[in-house]
Amino acid sequence: MMGGRTGEEIWTIAESTEHGINPISLEVIWRGLQLREKLSNARLITVVLGAGVGDDGLAMVASAGVDEVVCVEHEKLGHFLPENHAAVLVDLIERRRPAIVLAAATTYGRTLLPYAAAKLYAGLTADCTALDIDQETCNLLQIRPAIGGNILATIETPVARPQMATVRPHSSPTPDPVDRPHAVVNREVADERLLTSLVRFTGSENLPGDEVSLANADRIVAGGRGLKKPENFRLVGDLAELLGAAVGASREAVDRGWISYPHQVGLSGKTVAPELYVAVGISGTIQHLAGMQTAHSIVAINNDPDAQIFEVADLAIQGDLFTVVPLLCERLANRRGAGNE
Amino acid sequence: MKILVAVKQVPETSKVTLDEKTGTMIREGVTSIVNPLDLYAVEKALEVKETAGGEITVLSMGPPGAERAIRECLAMGCDTGVLISDRKYRGSDTWSTSYVISQAISKLGQFDLLLFGERATDGDTGQVGPGVASFLGLPVLTYVADLAIVGARVQARRLVETGYENYTAPMPVVATVVKEIAVPRLPTLRGKQSSRKAKITMWDNDRIGADGSRLGLDGSPTRVVRIIRPKVAREGTRVIVKNEQTALGAVDQIMEFLEKRGVVETE
Ligand SMILES: Cc1cc2nc3c(=O)[nH]c(=O)nc-3n(C[C@H](O)[C@H](O)[C@H](O)COP(=O)(O)OP(=O)(O)OC[C@H]3O[C@@H](n4cnc5c(N)ncnc54)[C@H](O)[C@@H]3O)c2cc1C
Ligand SMILES: Nc1ncnc2c1ncn2[C@@H]1O[C@H](COP(=O)(O)O)[C@@H](O)[C@H]1O
Repeated sequence: MMGGRTGEEIWTIAESTEHGINPISLEVIWRGLQLREKLSNARLITVVLGAGVGDDGLAMVASAGVDEVVCVEHEKLGHFLPENHAAVLVDLIERRRPAIVLAAATTYGRTLLPYAAAKLYAGLTADCTALDIDQETCNLLQIRPAIGGNILATIETPVARPQMATVRPHSSPTPDPVDRPHAVVNREVADERLLTSLVRFTGSENLPGDEVSLANADRIVAGGRGLKKPENFRLVGDLAELLGAAVGASREAVDRGWISYPHQVGLSGKTVAPELYVAVGISGTIQHLAGMQTAHSIVAINNDPDAQIFEVADLAIQGDLFTVVPLLCERLANRRGAGNE
Repeated sequence: MKILVAVKQVPETSKVTLDEKTGTMIREGVTSIVNPLDLYAVEKALEVKETAGGEITVLSMGPPGAERAIRECLAMGCDTGVLISDRKYRGSDTWSTSYVISQAISKLGQFDLLLFGERATDGDTGQVGPGVASFLGLPVLTYVADLAIVGARVQARRLVETGYENYTAPMPVVATVVKEIAVPRLPTLRGKQSSRKAKITMWDNDRIGADGSRLGLDGSPTRVVRIIRPKVAREGTRVIVKNEQTALGAVDQIMEFLEKRGVVETE
């Protein structure tokens, strides 16, 4: 084990949603656990900001193996008003001076942390795919792809504190629950004076229930221009359904109106890192690869032997998608049917 | 309505190459463009101006050459351009960049609506928009997919993981926008001609007056310590499908692949 200043605190921010704690928050805790191993005497603390946060959510966080859970609540923290959330976080950070603060690189974390970091003169690195501790300095090493995935940069915050980072969803596993969680759970009420935002939440529209959100998906089937016609895009939906996957798309497919923008993967769409990414009729330009090349396994179906997508594929199926995909769907459907008997 | 749009000049990512020895980016010969994601912010600003009236200021921080990016936005229909440029700013991270941009904005006066791109395609952080809002003490709406001015407030629809969230905010407000918000127009010929002659305000740090100890490489909290070129190519298996028969073989291979990874249960 390496050294570290006694009692240093590593914080992870957990997201409280109307459906409980976002499971992505557990991945960030996993990162925190790894870092705690490497910094002796460090304590791992998870911070939750919200309103009416349920006990089960906090228990789930506690059983991930953290040392303390801090839950700050107020009705004005119920929706994500960045100014309010950041004011409470900054206040907490100034009082307890953690060495490291981590959050998931979600729309929440990627808004909250830069807003807070500006006030703190803290270093902040976006969308890290790996974190480590420098053996000599005990500084946090923040590793992230940049320039459309062309490079992998290691970034350090030598002096300023805290060292802050957002972590790419699905780039880490979730911790196994511990048998006897030892975390102290502290609930406090936010200081009303910090909550000055004049922004008002006026409602939300959730994705239809059968539509799996890309960002949270373990599996994604994505389609591109190779599908040729809007009605053919159904093939991608069918395969996704059979694999329990979310539907993704290249920009070409989105720009042609075959599917809506929230499904776009890539430089000007979403960055995803699922367990499985199946690319159907996608050429794999650098802009598309930028959004998906850190997927754990990649299957590509394309009839062009030189398609760039094959360079990142674990399984490259060189052939006509209109032959392969229906056969694959048929096989999966049969398998499912057999399983149900 | 006074609108500000922050645009960054970036290298065309698809053309970026690395010096294998030093691991640094080879910028020579790489064309610079307006960060493509900032064009959505520019277009939205133009649309707001068309309905609510007003004036659009384009601001960029960068080397003197970034003037070109500003002129491109003027050619699309923006009114004035400001380039903030100083050797002291070189190597600024997102904290320092946000700090300098916010200082410059304060010096420029009051704006009602401040628009940013979702992220720059080179740094790829998306931190500067919220950072500037924080320095200015303004509310921020991020990942905005739709925006309208209603009286003295802004109505915005945020694109989040689970769908959309709607908010209203009083102005002044900062918004970072996603592609879905607008389809950028092309500059007109007349726009191009007048943008060539337009006078662009150039400010250095003497004019802006940002704290010298918070600028550039030395004043930035973060530091890049290493850059490597990740190995993208994987040791993939290639299966060639020529006809129905080989297609069935390919399906077998896919099934085996999915079984090995636990995606489907083994038979
Ligand atoms: C600033 C900028 C940002 C961008 N952002 C994004 C982004 O976020 N996401 C994104 O995806 N793109 C993005 N792009 C666009 C990108 O450059 C490509 O244009 C796009 O990814 C191509 O989509 P595609 O692969 O579907 O189409 P194509 O490149 O046309 O590829 C179609 C593929 O389908 C294959 N095909 C055709 N018929 C069949 C068949 N019968 N069976 C099997 N295969 C077949 C072809 O061989 C080909 O490889 C961006 C571009 C720019 C300049
Ligand atoms: N140097 C800059 N000059 C002007 N605007 C910038 C600059 N850097 C970033 N921005 C703005 O901030 C957004 C997010 O950039 P980034 O945080 O670098 O990904 C961009 O889309 C721009 O709108």
